[in-house]
Amino acid sequence: MTATTTPTAAAPAPPIVSPDGSPARRLTGAEICLESLIREGIDTIFGYPGGANLWLYRRLPEYPQLRHILVRHEQAAAHAADGYARSRRGAVGVCFATSGPGALNLVTGLGTAYADSVPVVAITGQVAVAAIGTDSFQESDVIGSTMSVVKHSYLVTRVEDIAPTIKEAFHVARSGRPGPVVIDFPKDLQAAVTEFNYPEEPVRLRSFPAPPPPDPAKLARIAELIRQAKRPVMLIGRGVLISGAEEEVLELAHRAHIPVGWTLLGTGAFPLQDPMALQMVGFMGAGYTNKAVCDADVLMMVGMRCDDRVTTRLDSFAPRVEHLIHIDIDPAEIGKSVVPHISVVADAKTALVQLLPLVEPKREHEWLTQIDQWREEHPVHYVKREGFLQPQEVLEEMYARCHDEAIVIADVGNNQIWSALWFNYAKPGRFLNSGGMGTMGYAFPASMGVKLSNPERTVFCVTGDGGFLMNMQEMATMVENQIDLKVIILNNNSLGMVRQFQDDFYDGVQSAVQLSCTPDYVKLGEAFGMKALRTDRREDVGPMLDEALAHQGPVLLAFDIDPRANVYPIVPLGKGMLDFVEAS
Amino acid sequence: MNPSRLLSVLVENRPGVLNRVASMIRRRGFNIDSLSVGPTEDGSVSRMTIAVHVGRQQAEQATKQLSKLIDVITIEDITELRNVSHELLLIRMNAPLGQRTELLQVVNVFLGRIVDIASSSMIIEVTGTTEKIDNFVELMRPFGIKEVARSGAVALVRGDQVGISLPELDEEAAGGTRPALALATTGSDTTGDI
Repeated sequence: MTATTTPTAAAPAPPIVSPDGSPARRLTGAEICLESLIREGIDTIFGYPGGANLWLYRRLPEYPQLRHILVRHEQAAAHAADGYARSRRGAVGVCFATSGPGALNLVTGLGTAYADSVPVVAITGQVAVAAIGTDSFQESDVIGSTMSVVKHSYLVTRVEDIAPTIKEAFHVARSGRPGPVVIDFPKDLQAAVTEFNYPEEPVRLRSFPAPPPPDPAKLARIAELIRQAKRPVMLIGRGVLISGAEEEVLELAHRAHIPVGWTLLGTGAFPLQDPMALQMVGFMGAGYTNKAVCDADVLMMVGMRCDDRVTTRLDSFAPRVEHLIHIDIDPAEIGKSVVPHISVVADAKTALVQLLPLVEPKREHEWLTQIDQWREEHPVHYVKREGFLQPQEVLEEMYARCHDEAIVIADVGNNQIWSALWFNYAKPGRFLNSGGMGTMGYAFPASMGVKLSNPERTVFCVTGDGGFLMNMQEMATMVENQIDLKVIILNNNSLGMVRQFQDDFYDGVQSAVQLSCTPDYVKLGEAFGMKALRTDRREDVGPMLDEALAHQGPVLLAFDIDPRANVYPIVPLGKGMLDFVEAS
Repeated sequence: MNPSRLLSVLVENRPGVLNRVASMIRRRGFNIDSLSVGPTEDGSVSRMTIAVHVGRQQAEQATKQLSKLIDVITIEDITELRNVSHELLLIRMNAPLGQRTELLQVVNVFLGRIVDIASSSMIIEVTGTTEKIDNFVELMRPFGIKEVARSGAVALVRGDQVGISLPELDEEAAGGTRPALALATTGSDTTGDI
């Protein structure tokens, strides 16, 4: 504790020489925090200042290598950090918020990142150590409030702990099944001074060891099951994208002729145009994927949780399967919903790299022919209603212009499923959305993070009008930073997916779903100083997209779509995988 | 048969760990029958003994979820292992002079001790299995119970498995999730039920 002092002035003490003779720097906690972030490779912070993190902001301008994006609501900071990390493998998103309401506003964003295993480090200001627990101004129990939506959290209680805490937090956020981590950082410690030495040694936690290598006997058994399979199917999830196992999945699918379907979050991990490609599975998946899963004798699930959106009614999931194989890095996901016959706890890449040499080349004819037949019988399609713009037409026009080059971030609701099904994602990481938490309002702020993380790509934010209104204040952030984002609002003046559910599953009673006061999006965009366009006509879509893409800078595109446009296929609530209803 | 599952958990001895553990169990919808926590022979490690009111499969899920907590070092479901699981009871009894002899006879049968005595009451201490404590409390009822404090079970696996064995840190380990759970083994179990 002798190393800790609390200066009244912000000026750091002059450099000193540490006891071992090496030059060491005495820095404030705030400086140590920022220096540590730089050492973790961070270049962008999304944040919002307030009383309890002002020492951080006092020092921030001294670190021009840290780009700070001032959001207009802390929730957006968490989502933007999520988008920043989610769209670039290995990246960690960082957000700042002050104590109390600032920190509490992060919770939805942290929960979103947690549900989808996105590495985010949130650094929250906290009241001074001595004031903790006294209900002081803007004090909230950040650790308690975020506990169930973070992978881990830290309350820093000594300035000496800040550097090792940051090091450990990034390690925890990145490794294994990634996830968000909170560091609660009292304001007096931000000003306190100590010697700065960033730990060189890699973090090793006895309570958080690396997973052991996959059991070779299990892998051999899986290879044998694949050899014997008559009707194999592979389902892949976001774990494939996180670990970078797309090539291995492709190779395995081709070598052993295994058709591949995917979860919502796995969309894009396997090229849709590939002959082995099925489509999304489950509740709103393609009928032919569900048929293949329900007829499979060997089903291999890789890097996915197999949640209720995948299984629909649990007893309808893969009823003919003789050997269910589950590969996931999180042992708690093994057997949580469906109990596999054989499981491997490993990241998808590690497991598949070791499995591939054991798998014999194999040709399937009957099974693939059968799947082709289902694909023809149950194509993913939509019905064009005369006089109304269909959302799929917008997505098709977008795809025609950008192909694999663009990244699409979808919000939550019908726009999300349309975006998943109507863009021929051929490369990994081109489709992002809040799949697990289903957070409306996610896409717009997250897209800002995605664009800043991928400045060379065209980035489309696809959102409904409901979701956009939830975080539309971020237009200010977007314009202020000239974030070159193309925001596509599929406007149906309603909460489309809820309305569809009410129509189909809740006796057709439409309750609280009409958004009858819809802003004039052109005026709205222009009010924030950005280019904004709108149409309800099919023939305008292409030219509007061309104009938006030719424009350097943010553009708001409002498409007034068919208010009756629904998501198909869909499995009615409470029904099984094969009870899907198709567009008609 | 007690439907509780008995989890023996070694955790980092840090503030907030009890909160994380209890919170995880609550969030997953499981009920805690009892939870006791205390330091171990290693000052940096605490042992929690948690009795959860769940079936075997749910216990597996609870165990796996708890195992993911960064502060949880090892966790074992020791329900089906040979174990010693005892709790401590302190009970303040109505004890006027006239019924003390009878009361003491029951206390002696249960190997209990009188730890406090006053003019019309006494505190009795009994340790043993949950079932034994339950039985004792039932027998005390007719005498007039004034107050009860129970500790919840603490448990150790029987046999030569001695001390805390912390997982080895792999030199190569760049980090990751928890490996398959530390599976409890009975080892060379030579001791009997005493």
